[in-house]
Amino acid sequence: MSGETENVGQQFGRLPATAADREVEGRVSREAVLGFFANRFGIDPAVFEGFSFWEKGKGKIWIFAADAPSPIRVEGLGMTVLRTRQEHWKPTQSAIQRFGGHASKNVIEIGGEAAAAFARGEDQELDWDGDWGYLIAARDVGGEREPIGVGLYVYGELRSTVPKGNQESLPPLAAE
Amino acid sequence: MNPLERYAPLVDDEAAFFAACERPLPSVVRVNTIKTAPERARRALEHEGIEYEPVGWHDQLLRLPEATPGTNWPYFHGWLHGQEEVSAVPALVLDPQPGERIWDSCAAPGSKTTQLSAIMDDRGVVVGNDNNLGRLSSLRHNAERLGVTNLVVTNQDGRNFSFNPFEFDEFDRAIVDAPCSCEGTVRKNPTTLEEWTLEHVHSVAAVQKGILSRAVQATKPGGTVVYSTCTFAPEENEAVVDHVLETEDCEVVGFDCPLDSVSGITEWEDDSYDSSVKQTHRIYPHLNDTGGFYCAKLEVGG
Repeated sequence: MSGETENVGQQFGRLPATAADREVEGRVSREAVLGFFANRFGIDPAVFEGFSFWEKGKGKIWIFAADAPSPIRVEGLGMTVLRTRQEHWKPTQSAIQRFGGHASKNVIEIGGEAAAAFARGEDQELDWDGDWGYLIAARDVGGEREPIGVGLYVYGELRSTVPKGNQESLPPLAAE
Repeated sequence: MNPLERYAPLVDDEAAFFAACERPLPSVVRVNTIKTAPERARRALEHEGIEYEPVGWHDQLLRLPEATPGTNWPYFHGWLHGQEEVSAVPALVLDPQPGERIWDSCAAPGSKTTQLSAIMDDRGVVVGNDNNLGRLSSLRHNAERLGVTNLVVTNQDGRNFSFNPFEFDEFDRAIVDAPCSCEGTVRKNPTTLEEWTLEHVHSVAAVQKGILSRAVQATKPGGTVVYSTCTFAPEENEAVVDHVLETEDCEVVGFDCPLDSVSGITEWEDDSYDSSVKQTHRIYPHLNDTGGFYCAKLEVGG
């Protein structure tokens, strides 16, 4: 038992396995995180086997390749993976680039100038028949799908959420 | 006086040494195998019409003669990371294995750290430490961009690193890529030499000795510690290794350097060093058209 009962901003706390195991008020469970990726993007929970999930600050979820004592005071523990503070959970750019290749739904394929605009962080009008909300923007590389980042689809518009520090002016994607 | 004149007696071909130090450095990227395979990255560059030359000794390094490394699609995907050719050496010499615990004492901005993670297939733990909080944000940014999940970032003084946050109390291997006078980066940062002073060399050498000592102490018996700098100064290289040979339980072990190199030296000005430092490697810029570098491999005793 960690004795930790509320979320402390300067340390990482391991997510409980399920909501029933919760000790820190409001903390999401590992089960809920895997459920989010499975339900929203069709990513098999087996993809995350062997990884642990952590919260630092309210609703900032990190994924770590190993395990560690909880709570732990360090500057970083693995990679940011998800923001759960708002009603609609938002996966991070780094998580989607790393794990989004396993997705089977809510993936919007873009190419050419649309991909370049997305990489610059711009919003654009695009047709999409599926759900509104966070989508994986992906492209084709030699017949394989490669995630580019996370877009928010609302009102006929794909809004790029590429973080400022990752935005880049790139040439339009050449057709494969 | 050009501080590099100090090293003229050490190099085989003075003219070639000074000429190489004047030339700008070729732009080199490392393929991030956490996110893609070298072959796939090369195909993507070709598809975009970006010229590259393979680096003969390592299939994960590519020279980009024309391009800025950061402005292409493979880079955006986190498949590539700008990293000087010679700086890829120490992580390969350390040879970390998937599942091990590794300490990177001076990790920011993270080229070597993320390379360690890639060599380990992103399994096990790399503790990437740096005493400079500002530089930690570039380490974090690079690790995120490259999709690294096995990195723990700490902000401690490497000289008295504490295992306090962890449930373990020794590392399998450690790498000390020490802060140094950076003479070997003159091709990238020509102003390096304007700021050079012998006092700085001596003060940074004291810090290097402290960090390398702690790395030996923090590594399990039989474990490996790699020490590297991007400087030519023996005070910061062989003298630092010589110091820990005297004060800590460890010995120098030889290794095959993948780049052309010469042996560490045992005599410098009024000092002499343990003969085993001959098994450490000096890489001068003219030998492989790279930056300057020094690399030593130690085995912890016990």
